[in-house]
Amino acid sequence: MEKRTGTDRVKRGMAEMQKGGVIMDVINAEQAKIAEEAGAVAVMALERVPSDIRAAGGVARMADPTIVEEVRDAVSIPVMAKARIGHIVEARLLEALGVDYIDESEVLTPADEVFHLNKADYTVPFVCGAKDLGEATRRIGEGASMLRTKGEPGTGNIVEAVRHQRLIQSQVRKVVSMSDDELMTEAKNLGAPFHILQQIREAGRLPVVNFAAGGIATPADAALMMHLGSDGVFVGSGIFKSDNPAKFGRAIVEATTHYEDFALIAELSKNLGTAMKGIEISTLEAKDRMQDRGW
Amino acid sequence: MNIGVLALQGAIREHVKAIEAPDVNVTIVKKVEQLEGLDGLVFPGGESTTMRRLINLYGFYEPLKKFAHAGKPVFGTCAGAILMAREIVGQVEPHLSVMDMTVERNAFGRQRESFEALLPMKNVGEDVQAVFIRAPIIRSVGPGVTVLAEYNGDIVAAQEGPFLACSFHPELTEDDRFHQYFVQMVRESLSEAITN
Repeated sequence: MEKRTGTDRVKRGMAEMQKGGVIMDVINAEQAKIAEEAGAVAVMALERVPSDIRAAGGVARMADPTIVEEVRDAVSIPVMAKARIGHIVEARLLEALGVDYIDESEVLTPADEVFHLNKADYTVPFVCGAKDLGEATRRIGEGASMLRTKGEPGTGNIVEAVRHQRLIQSQVRKVVSMSDDELMTEAKNLGAPFHILQQIREAGRLPVVNFAAGGIATPADAALMMHLGSDGVFVGSGIFKSDNPAKFGRAIVEATTHYEDFALIAELSKNLGTAMKGIEISTLEAKDRMQDRGW
Repeated sequence: MNIGVLALQGAIREHVKAIEAPDVNVTIVKKVEQLEGLDGLVFPGGESTTMRRLINLYGFYEPLKKFAHAGKPVFGTCAGAILMAREIVGQVEPHLSVMDMTVERNAFGRQRESFEALLPMKNVGEDVQAVFIRAPIIRSVGPGVTVLAEYNGDIVAAQEGPFLACSFHPELTEDDRFHQYFVQMVRESLSEAITN
């Protein structure tokens, strides 16, 4: 009985198990336990949540391994962690720590402004952000096993995540309806690997799970992203920057499961206290836009 | 016949596809009322702690136990098998406790240790493609339980009357023989009900 680890099926399958769920950013064991208790399907171990990274400025790097280990040992659900774009050593190090999924993330300051990681090389699976189908398929081509919208992290503003998810979904629909002779030009226009577009057309959908991320601040935001065709949601700053994280976390989990039950979401949204403050996107300067990192 | 897939969280679409047959109606079960009229039920893979929380929250706990106690076929994969077990290593309380087995969560290790392999499986086939993702191991089974498959001496699939459980994910492969074995169990349970 030959055993094969790190196959596409094993790496993508891990993300399939997260579908319909919420992945929450946490910065210590205590938050990780609150997230697990609230019904998170996984936690993302970080040194700072995106809104604090934004506020702090400077270079944002992989979290201290102590935090990753502390979170890993506190919960039984999967643990994810972020590596800088193109930082081979941070990624290898997180793999060695036994992290279940690595996010090659634009939330951190990129280590390479030309190349992303060759994610097919690793046994551990990767999730990557995308704004459009070109970016999404390039990441899949490099070996990403899961996608998420980039949105605009740490803003508490859903508008960019909506823009990215709507665009990706409509581009997928277009590819699915294309004829053979149209597909290569579409690949050229999108900057997309031709063979991945072929796979999308065959299957009628992306070959990997696609979550929403970047700006989800309320249960209604989470339900909106599910409504737009997301497979699940990442909530970064939204939960632990709110007044009552446990209650807020539970409400977001429920709204994600029952995203079509509007009466329920109305109930869930009552008396949650103040959500994170949020930033209007047009007030962000170009240098502060995290979504423009990655190529 | 009507087979439901519990759809609180996890890989639902894949199970729906694998149990499809000309005589099967598939229901995606998000609310307790949808259990009404089902002849069999699948507990999908996902995160067992998340699913259990949602089971409690939406009042699924007693109705699911009742469903199983009525002797209707239930099939749990990975997290689904954990929900069914009578005992969970390191945990004081089991979840639904409908099948006489002890399971250990994440028993093969973390995600980097997740793997796939071809397994010989009793009643199903000699070369069943099994995908193990942070998978549990069935550490022991009661006298009424038949072991269907082992990997390196560890039990990874078992059956107790109408209850079927495995620690891997048959829904992630193109091979639907194991699901169709379950569909056949449901079919037989219905024809038995008619003859009785």
